Amino acid sequence: MNGSVVAQSRGRGSSLLGGRAARRRVSHLAVHGILLLMVAASSLPLIYMVSTSLKPNGTEYEFPIRWIPQRFAWENYRIAFQSIPTLVFLKNTLIIALVSLVGELLTASLAAYGFARLRFPGRDVLFILMMSTLMLPFFVTMIPLFVLYRTLGWVNTLYPFTVPAFFGGGPVFIFLLRQFYLTLPPELDDAARIDGAGFFRTWWSVLLPLTRPALATVAILSLVHHWNDFTGPLILLNSEDRFTLALGIRLFRDQYRTYFNQTMAYSTMMTAPVITVFFIFQKYFIKGISMTGLTGR
Amino acid sequence: MALTDRVVTMRPAGELRRIWRPRLTLRSREALAGYVSILPWMLGFVVFSVGPIAFSFVLMFMKWEIITPPQWAGLDNFRRLLADPLVPKSLWNTLFYTVLAVPLNLVAALFAAVMLNVGVKGTNVYRALIYLPSQMPAVASSILWFFIFSPTYGLANGILGWLGIPPQKWLWDTNLVKPSLVLMAIWGLGNAMIIFLAGLQGIPEALYEAAMIDGAGTWRLFIHITLPMLSPSIFFNLTMGIIGSFQVFTNVFMMTSGGPGNASLMLVLYIYRNAFVFFRMGYASLLAWVLFAIVLVVTAIQLRVSRMWVYYEGEVR
Repeated sequence: MNGSVVAQSRGRGSSLLGGRAARRRVSHLAVHGILLLMVAASSLPLIYMVSTSLKPNGTEYEFPIRWIPQRFAWENYRIAFQSIPTLVFLKNTLIIALVSLVGELLTASLAAYGFARLRFPGRDVLFILMMSTLMLPFFVTMIPLFVLYRTLGWVNTLYPFTVPAFFGGGPVFIFLLRQFYLTLPPELDDAARIDGAGFFRTWWSVLLPLTRPALATVAILSLVHHWNDFTGPLILLNSEDRFTLALGIRLFRDQYRTYFNQTMAYSTMMTAPVITVFFIFQKYFIKGISMTGLTGR
Repeated sequence: MALTDRVVTMRPAGELRRIWRPRLTLRSREALAGYVSILPWMLGFVVFSVGPIAFSFVLMFMKWEIITPPQWAGLDNFRRLLADPLVPKSLWNTLFYTVLAVPLNLVAALFAAVMLNVGVKGTNVYRALIYLPSQMPAVASSILWFFIFSPTYGLANGILGWLGIPPQKWLWDTNLVKPSLVLMAIWGLGNAMIIFLAGLQGIPEALYEAAMIDGAGTWRLFIHITLPMLSPSIFFNLTMGIIGSFQVFTNVFMMTSGGPGNASLMLVLYIYRNAFVFFRMGYASLLAWVLFAIVLVVTAIQLRVSRMWVYYEGEVR
């Protein structure tokens, strides 16, 4: 708890009292210690996963745990990749992720523009209605939607994962983009309108390009979401040629449960892209989460 | 103008063009553009939210096993619900899990955020590494934790061994299975932490300076400035945390299948089984509505109570 105070006093006043600088150094050291412990706690399972994934067959169950494998068994990755149709799963996952990304970016932006910039009767009520769907438990709508998709012949196709994205892209993304639109000066719209642009031209040519950082945030959050999505595919996809990676990894686990090392190799393969994307686009992640949460402002 | 053209082309009859153009004031044109802009969302809202909600409400009163035609069942599902011992069991499990997981997760996330907010060297790296687990695919992390909790060779028992504690049976122990899942939930504290961090960074420095001049110590600064100023973030994380943890599914589905002896049978897992394993669509809808009602009531109570403890800057009371 020392922390917040130290942060506030950083860069000022340390000359007031001789001891303050020294005290600050000590408390910074304590903070480093605490943060290192937390990092250890959060990373240890991941290190365990990678370490196990590289153990040769027969050594993965050794206990106490040997953290550095006797030999780095890279073949585990190849075996895991080849023993189930991973490429098919990857293709399905990418189709879902990319197609719904386009839908979400377009329709969520449009709705956000309407909610943020245009005045129309009932706007605020509709906005509250939209946000309240966040409370709706997944299974309340999933059971009827299963029936709907079944009637449409969409069960075991990718449509249930792509088509709905073109209908607003979900309250979180609309909310995030709306918050961003609200930070843009309204004079922009006025200027565009005076130059003769209609409402939609103002949106497309003037405002949309300015929301690029927010769009990037939506894009990254959406890609990670679709990559990780499990429950929907579990219910709606039932043949292997339609599986996504999240279902693939479950299939692998069920078939090769005893190969702990290769199961971990598969988990690592599925996690690695998310981690890479996260490290490259860290600031967009942080921004997206901060903006959808209430930041106290 | 671009907009009027677009609006007019939406009208079916060419006749209307002449009548409509002069009548549309700027205001009504703006309103029309507004409705058009949210039209995709509204259609989606009707088809993917309102419609299904209404349909699932009707389904509560039906007996329907997908392959046979639906039948009106009156209150049969309700009678079944009252007689079903797995309903109170799964409700209890879910409640137990929520009551443990949500507060612990929030306290840990707040603690991490406060530490990160100090701004020591390397904060970005610390933040990334603590945040990372929350972004891991839920299936992958479930599989990972399944092995971590292995009674014979898992990491959890390895750590207990370092501390000199005898090995435990974790997911295979009726008393430990829910705390094990809670442990896993705390590991994913990343999202709540980032929201707290953003909240902390929004607190004006002047408040701390003024209080420090008045002689307030670290702890009092935290209690009287940090916590009240952070109350909107706490409220948000609490509400979303409860809604999320009432719907815990993937990890119990992957790791325990509700066992041992139904000790980790969560409400959503039971709904899933009824709907997509036994194909009791009517009964599953009723259970889903029970969940919905709980979420609504809890959220409503939180909203009411929040007025007493959540402080919004600039709010007029």
